Amino acid sequence: MAAISPENHGLRLAVRYAVLVLIAIIFVFPLVFMVMSSLKPDQQLLADTSSLRAFLPVGDVSLNNYTKAFQRAPIGLFVLNSVLVTGLTVVLCLLICSMAGFAFVYLNWRGRDLILSVVLATLIVPFETIAIPLLLLVSKLPWIGWEGITIGWLNSYRVQIIPWIADALTIFLFVQYFKGLPRELIEAARVEGATWFQIYWRVVMPLSGPVLATAAILKFLVMYNQYLWPLIVVQQEQYRPVMVGLQYFFQLNIAWGEVMAYLTMITVPVLAFYLALQRAFIASIASTGVKG
Amino acid sequence: MSSKLTTSNRAGWAFAAPGIVLIATFIIVPFFFAFALSLTNQRLISPNPTQYVGLQNYRDMLSVSVLRLAPEHDDAGLIARDADGAPVYPRVREITRNPDFPQYRGMREWFRVHTGDTAHVVIARDVVFMKALVNTVTFVLVVAPLQGALALGLALLVNQKLRGITVFRAVYFMPVVVSIVVVSLLWRFIYSPDGGLLNNLLSGLSFGMFQPVNWLGNPDTALPAIMGMSIWQAVGFHMVIWLSGLQTISPTLYEAAEIEGASKWQTFRYVTWPGLRHTAVLVLIVITMQAFALFAQIDVMTRGGPLDSTQTLVFQAVERGYGKQDISGGATISVVLFLMVLTISLVQRRLTRERA
Repeated sequence: MAAISPENHGLRLAVRYAVLVLIAIIFVFPLVFMVMSSLKPDQQLLADTSSLRAFLPVGDVSLNNYTKAFQRAPIGLFVLNSVLVTGLTVVLCLLICSMAGFAFVYLNWRGRDLILSVVLATLIVPFETIAIPLLLLVSKLPWIGWEGITIGWLNSYRVQIIPWIADALTIFLFVQYFKGLPRELIEAARVEGATWFQIYWRVVMPLSGPVLATAAILKFLVMYNQYLWPLIVVQQEQYRPVMVGLQYFFQLNIAWGEVMAYLTMITVPVLAFYLALQRAFIASIASTGVKG
Repeated sequence: MSSKLTTSNRAGWAFAAPGIVLIATFIIVPFFFAFALSLTNQRLISPNPTQYVGLQNYRDMLSVSVLRLAPEHDDAGLIARDADGAPVYPRVREITRNPDFPQYRGMREWFRVHTGDTAHVVIARDVVFMKALVNTVTFVLVVAPLQGALALGLALLVNQKLRGITVFRAVYFMPVVVSIVVVSLLWRFIYSPDGGLLNNLLSGLSFGMFQPVNWLGNPDTALPAIMGMSIWQAVGFHMVIWLSGLQTISPTLYEAAEIEGASKWQTFRYVTWPGLRHTAVLVLIVITMQAFALFAQIDVMTRGGPLDSTQTLVFQAVERGYGKQDISGGATISVVLFLMVLTISLVQRRLTRERA
């Protein structure tokens, strides 16, 4: 075989990069189009789709679509609802699932192994197959609130939060991570007379930064992008999250400029968050794959 | 596991209880509830008490029969033909509404095939459900292998040692963090028949030869269009899972292959692929589960249409259980869906285990 000449090598490198860039364009163009279109009036937006202008901030560029979108729907409320539901669920999920993981790995209790296998078996149940029976269930559950005991959780924050707090994947992530921590640390703390809660809170949690980040990112993506569940359990505008709020923009003659403005507003913060922490995001997804 | 630690029943239960109670209440109970509800006529709100109906819901959804129809004959004893020369058949309605055939009552034509002059008409009690079933299975059978393979291709591509490769990795993953609802609405515009980006791109590339297509409005292209978009959105996710599998393969194996003078394909076939077996099972199972759950795309883009060509099981389960408040109907579809997910993951696991 002939040795590869430098020019040949350069050419091959150029081809490799060309392929990579071409694929990158496929993944990015709809998102660039979304942001650029949100700045244009509908007429120009439609006219621009026949040329590369669709991807450039040219012509009659303004924030008018954003103003109009705010007039059409209570966007601030939707964002607040989403932030509240997502934030509370993520925090409670980290707490409850890490405690369960701690119990499964470090504590010896009757029924532990059986229960862990039942919990992990729920990984194979897609949420979509339990959504309808769960809808009936939450419509009958009681709640104790300011008005005393009420029946039914529909149209509330709790119906969007409580069923999502504990999940098998997050517990699994904590179990895997805790198994890898040095056991001597826990035994030493035990010998020194620390309570289990102190060991959990003062020894294990401070060492769990990576798994907390992973679990938080995964849960955040699931919760913020929630659609089917809030669609069927929340009919009142007051509790609607951003994804369901999109329905204000579906209609016979869609005002595409406003739609693009709304999509941009609910997507760009997440994309910015992702780009800032992309290594952590990708590591989170990868860690779900190391089950073996 | 923790033999050195003393038994601590109280602490163990105390730590695990909140998680266990939540999973039991909101996953395990509704899961068994689905089976129970599918045997009743439960509605979301109803003045009448719920009744046990046995397997009636399943019979109503899954009943399928074939009618063999001979063409009609005219007065001269010849096969009657319409203006185009095609044989004329008795109407299916005459049989399904005929009191002599009570077993066909309420069934409708799903599709028909011809052998010679005989028409074989497949009739179903619930044609929309059958279409949803077929569409869902088609979606899974196309998307799972295609998306898995494309994701592996991308993973190999971004696993190269090149300057700036992490930027490409980050970009390919970007659609994964965008909500499928947002993506669906965005692609509705890309697929739009007038002024849609896809039509404009194709006509630009073909110098105007390409005739615009109403991608989502045509029964032949609607489901493929949704498949394409779904793959675009999710392929980065599986790329990352493949990538983590690739990085567990020891570099010494690649060095050995290089010393032996293995070609690129041989290296892939005998070093990379065997090292990815566990990852392959995981990727396939996860994609299959996600594909079976197809809902948001349908709800935002087509709502099952045109002509039921994009009906899916989850869309139908929600349409009935929530839209029509027919909880038992929705639960029955959920059970059918779960049994399919279970079967396929068991089969996938078995297949890959035998080969190992």
